[in-house]
Amino acid sequence: MNSAIPFSAQLINLFAAVILLLAFAMLAQRRMLTLINLFALQGLCLCLATLVAAVTTGQVHLYYSAGLTLVLKVLLLPWILHRLVRKLNVKGEVEALIKIPTTMLVGIVLVMIAFNVALPISELSQTITRGTLGIALAVVMLAFLMMITRQKAISQVVGFLSMENGLFLAATSATYGMPMVVELGIALDVLVGVIILGVFFFQIRDQFDSLDIRHMEKLKDN
Amino acid sequence: MTSLIAIDALLIAACTWFAIGLAGLVAPRNTTFISKTLFPLGALVGIGVGLVALDSLGSPAQTAVLVIGLPDLPFHLRLDNLSAVFALLLGFASAGISIYAAGYFRKGEGAAPGVLCLEYHLFLASMLMVLLADDAYAFMVAWETMALSSFFLVTTDHKHEEIRRAGFLYLLIAHIGAIGILLSFGVMTGGAGDYSFAAMRTQELAPFWSSAAFLLALAGFGAKAGLVPLHVWLPEAHPAAPSPVSAMMSGVMLKTAIYGLLRVSFDLLHTTIWWWGVVALVVGLVTALFGVLYATVQNDMKRLLAYSSIENIGLIAVGIGLTLIFHAYRMEGLAALAMTAVLYHCLAHAGFKSLLFLCTGSVLHATKERSLGKLGGLIHPMPWVAWLALAGVIASTGLPPLSGFVSEWLLLQSFLFSPGLPHPWLNMVVPVAAALVVLVAALAGFAMVKFYGIIFLGQMREPALKDAHDAGPWEKLGLLWLALITLFLGVMPSTVILRIDAATRQLLGSGLADKLNENGWWMLAPISPERASYEPLLVLVTIAATLLLGRWLVRHLYHGRVRRSSAWDCGYHFEGPRAQDTAEGFSQPIRRIFEPMFRMERHFPAARDTKPFYSVKVEDHFWYWCYLPIARLASWISTLIVTLQGGRIAVYLMYSFITLLVLLLVARP
Repeated sequence: MNSAIPFSAQLINLFAAVILLLAFAMLAQRRMLTLINLFALQGLCLCLATLVAAVTTGQVHLYYSAGLTLVLKVLLLPWILHRLVRKLNVKGEVEALIKIPTTMLVGIVLVMIAFNVALPISELSQTITRGTLGIALAVVMLAFLMMITRQKAISQVVGFLSMENGLFLAATSATYGMPMVVELGIALDVLVGVIILGVFFFQIRDQFDSLDIRHMEKLKDN
Repeated sequence: MTSLIAIDALLIAACTWFAIGLAGLVAPRNTTFISKTLFPLGALVGIGVGLVALDSLGSPAQTAVLVIGLPDLPFHLRLDNLSAVFALLLGFASAGISIYAAGYFRKGEGAAPGVLCLEYHLFLASMLMVLLADDAYAFMVAWETMALSSFFLVTTDHKHEEIRRAGFLYLLIAHIGAIGILLSFGVMTGGAGDYSFAAMRTQELAPFWSSAAFLLALAGFGAKAGLVPLHVWLPEAHPAAPSPVSAMMSGVMLKTAIYGLLRVSFDLLHTTIWWWGVVALVVGLVTALFGVLYATVQNDMKRLLAYSSIENIGLIAVGIGLTLIFHAYRMEGLAALAMTAVLYHCLAHAGFKSLLFLCTGSVLHATKERSLGKLGGLIHPMPWVAWLALAGVIASTGLPPLSGFVSEWLLLQSFLFSPGLPHPWLNMVVPVAAALVVLVAALAGFAMVKFYGIIFLGQMREPALKDAHDAGPWEKLGLLWLALITLFLGVMPSTVILRIDAATRQLLGSGLADKLNENGWWMLAPISPERASYEPLLVLVTIAATLLLGRWLVRHLYHGRVRRSSAWDCGYHFEGPRAQDTAEGFSQPIRRIFEPMFRMERHFPAARDTKPFYSVKVEDHFWYWCYLPIARLASWISTLIVTLQGGRIAVYLMYSFITLLVLLLVARP
C-alpha cells in the first residue's frame, strides 16, 4: 500500500504531520517565547513541504512561495514577535480560558471532523499533495481553537498566523498554491496585520496596564 | 432624421443641467453669478425641454442607447408619448421655479449657493433621466440620484435638528419605496434576467405575478408620491426644504412617481385585472380624504400645502384606479376619459402647487414667519404675490375657469359613467367613491380659503408685518409664468388635451381626440355636447364681465358714500387685529365634525388662570398605528440581539468558529 505512494509525497505527508503535531504543541504550550519558536518551526516545515512539492512538480511559482514563507514566517514575523514580547515584557505563562487537557481533547475531535470533511475534496484533487488537505483543515481549526482559548493578545496573533499557515498548506495541497498575486497579497496582509497589531498592543498596554483581553470586555456599548 | 432629434435634444438638456450644476461649483460663494446667471440658464433649458417634449408628442417613440454604465449593461433610453407629457410638465414647471429661484436664494442661508445649484440641477437632470429610462437599471440609477439630490436639497438648512430629522425620514421612506420598485421590476422580468423595458413588455406573466408586480409598484411609487400610509415624509420634508425645492418636489417630483405607476401598470404590465383598479381607487380615496382633512387643520402654511399635495396625489390615484377598472372591462372610451383626467390633473397640479409653494416662499422671505397665526392682511404690502397666489388657490380649489376645475370635472365625468360597469357591485360602489371625491373637493376649497384668507386678507395680526415687501422682479416673473400656465390650462383644455391625447392613445389604444375634434377648440365635451360640455372661455368672460361691471357700478353709484371708520367693537375696546378669526378657530368645525380622524392634544385654560392660553396639536394617527409599533418592534429585536454582543473576544471568535464548523458539516458533498 505505502509503496504506491511516491517518496516525495511521503515526504510531504511527513512534513504535514509534523505541522499538525506542532499545532497541537502550540495548543498545549504555556510559555510565550516557546510558542513563537514553535510557530517559526511550523513555518519552516511548511516551507520545506512547499519546497518538496516544487522540486517534484517543477512549478516555478512554488519556489517563490517557499522563499516567501521562509522569509516571512520563519524569519521576519517570529523576529517581530520576539521583539514585541521582550519590549512588552510578557514572557510569563500563557493563561488559558479552558484547561489544556480539555483543549487537547476538543482539538482531537476537531481533527476528526476536519479529516472527515476533507476526504471527499481530496478525492477530487489531482495533486501529489492531496493527502494533506485534511491536515491543513485541522491546522486551521486548531489555530482557531487556540485563538478562542487564549487570554493574551499576543497568543491570539500567533493563533491567527498559524491559521494562515494552515490555509497556505490547504492551498498548496489542493491546487499547488494560490495564484502568485493572491499569495503575495496575503503575505503582505499578514505582515501589515502583525505590525498594526503590534502597535495596538502598546496602546492596549498603555490603556489597561496589561495585555489581557478580558480588560476589553467593558468596551462594548450598552 | 427628425425622429432622432427630440431624444438627443432632451439628453443634451439633461447634460446641460448637469453642467450648469457643476459650473456652480466653480465659484460656490458667488451668489450673484449663481443666482443671476446659472439659474436663469437652467430655466431656459427647462423651457427648451418643454418645447421639445411638446413637439415630440404624437410622433413615434424614439430610442437611444448610452454606452455609459456597467460593462455589457448600457443605459437604454426611450422617448415616447407618456414620457413626453411628463417631460413637458417637468420643463415648463421647472422653468418657472428656476426663474423664481434666481431671486430667492440669497447669501448666508444654509448651504453654499454653489452646492445648492449643483444639487438643484442634478435633481432636474435626474428627473429627466427617470422619464427617459428604458431599462430597470437606468431607471433605478436615475431614481436614486433623484432621491439623493432632493434629500440634500431638503436638508439645505441642516443646522436645525428637525430639518435633519425630516430629511432622514424622507430618505428612509424613499428607500423603502425604491425597494418596492426594484422588486416590482424583478418580478416583471419573469426570471429571464433581461431588465430592459422592451423585454418586460413582451413578458407573459401569470396573474399572480403580474398582480404582485402591480402591488409592489403601487407601494414603491406610492411611497414617493405620498399615498397613505407612506405619506408621512411629505408634511415633514416639504416645510423643511427651501420653497423652490418644495415647489419642485411637490409639483414635479411627485409626478415622476405617477409617471412610474402609469408606466408599470399600463405599459410594462400589458394585462389588467379589474381589482387592481379597486385597490388604487380605495388607496387614492383614503389618501385624498386624509390629505384634505389634515390640510384644513394645519397652522403652518407649508404643511398645509404639503397635505394638500397628498390630497391631489390621492385624486390622481383615484383617476388611475378608475382608468384601470374601465380598461380591464375594455371600456376604452371611458378609460381614455379617466386617463385624460389623470394626466391633466398632473399638469394642473404641477402648475398651481408650485405656484402656491413659491408664494409661501415670498411670504416667508418678507415676514420670516410660517405660522398662519402670525400673518394676515398681506395683500396690502404684497399685492403681486397675493393676486398670483389667488390664481393658484382658485385652481387648487377646483373652481372654474382655472386648471384644477378641468381635471376634477373630467374625473367626475368619468365617474358618472361608472354605473355602466358590467360588474354587479362595482357599478354600485364606485358612484359612492364619486361622492367622496366631491367631498374632498369641497374640503379642499375650505382649506384653500383658510390658506388665502388668513395669510392675505383681513388685518395684519402682527405689527411687524407692515415692513413686509413684495417679491423681487425674478420672483414675480417666476410666479407670473406659473400663473399663466395655470390660466392656460384652465382656459384652453381642448387644445391641451388634443396634444396629450397621444399619451392616452399609446397606453390605452384610444383617446379623446376624435370626440374633441367634432367640437371647436373653445368647447370641452369629452363624451358628447348633449351630455356635458364646458366652455371655459365663456366662463372666464362671464366672470370677468361680472367683476368689471360690479366694480364699475360700485365706483360710479356708491363710491362717494364710502367712508372708513373703526368697526363697532360691542363696547369692548381692547379689540385689535389679534381678535380676528385664527387659523385654529377657522378649522375648528372640521376638527369637531371629523374628530375620530385626528389625534389631538388640546389645552384649555382654567377659569382662574392668570395667563390663560389655548393650544391644540393635531397629530397623525398613522404614526401611532403603523410607524411606532414598527419602531418598537425593531427596538425590541435589537435588545434581543444585543445580548450576542458580550464584549468577550473569545465569544466573538466562537461565533465564527461555530459558524465555520456548521457550514463545513452542512456543505459536505
